[in-house]
Amino acid sequence: MNIMNIMKFVEDKQLKEGLPQFRSGDTVKVHVKITEGEKTRIQVFEGAVIRKTKGQNRASFTVRKISHGVGVERIFPLHSPIIDKIEVIRKGKVRRARLYYLRKKRGKAARIKELGRR
Amino acid sequence: MPDGILGRKIGTTQVFREDGVQIPVTVVEAGPCVVIRQKTKGKDGYAAVQLGYAEVKKKCLNQPQRSYLEKHKAPYLKHIREITPDSPDKYEAGKQVVVEDILNAGDLISVTGISKGKGFAGVMKRWNFKGGPATHGSMFHRSPGAIGQAAYPSRVFKGMKMGGRMGGKQVTVRNLEVAEVLKGKHAILIKGAVPGSKGGLLLIKRITSRQKQDEC
Repeated sequence: MNIMNIMKFVEDKQLKEGLPQFRSGDTVKVHVKITEGEKTRIQVFEGAVIRKTKGQNRASFTVRKISHGVGVERIFPLHSPIIDKIEVIRKGKVRRARLYYLRKKRGKAARIKELGRR
Repeated sequence: MPDGILGRKIGTTQVFREDGVQIPVTVVEAGPCVVIRQKTKGKDGYAAVQLGYAEVKKKCLNQPQRSYLEKHKAPYLKHIREITPDSPDKYEAGKQVVVEDILNAGDLISVTGISKGKGFAGVMKRWNFKGGPATHGSMFHRSPGAIGQAAYPSRVFKGMKMGGRMGGKQVTVRNLEVAEVLKGKHAILIKGAVPGSKGGLLLIKRITSRQKQDEC
């Protein structure tokens, strides 16, 4: 078998199907499986996507939220098996792909305009 | 005395473990190999099994290589290496060796290959010398410093660590773990890095001397 075919097979095997379309600026709910001892439960991390990176099975995205007044960012590998599902709550209207400027904004200034629905 | 197989490096990537941890892996095409012949103590002075890998066209081999393989009724193979397995009887001449028969996920292996050539490298890269300060008026940056004394011995000892050709040599990495065996694809995933460039020949041997239980 051809070299690239084996690489592609290994990487593609890990890709998830049926992931929702979302981009920077969108608000998402990420359902994360958490294993404590024997039990597995699901925790939801809700926030704004401030970055998406490409790269086959290495693709990831960063979600930012304000928790108890403190900014929290979490980087999720897009195809990670611990992600149960991703829900898109709101489509945001933003003009850049990496929303690092949100880190310096507080309160009202840190809002993202919602994309107008038809 | 390990079982072994020949292969070539294909590339590196990462895979998800079930708990979501990403582990770095090297994808290696392993086999299929052909057993060219068995060496026996009586005839050759030592017991071993000769494996061949990578079938090529006739014109890719020179006359001695061709006639050797023809003599043993083997296909035209580019690479020939010996291994010394526990039970050489398992390796009958002419038999094909596939990776599924030899390795399982979780096995510890040693991988031998030719490391990437680094060219003429200085002592900092080649021997991990510390070098000197970059700034503050320092004029001693990446040099090796003193290499010996004057009056006695008045010469430089053999084996002194100095700059020179680095890499392009045979390197063996031990205790690597097989992450996954891709059945039917003649390929395995090895946790971590293996020597050499993509497409480089590798000799993969299972480590049996150190049992897995000892580790746990």
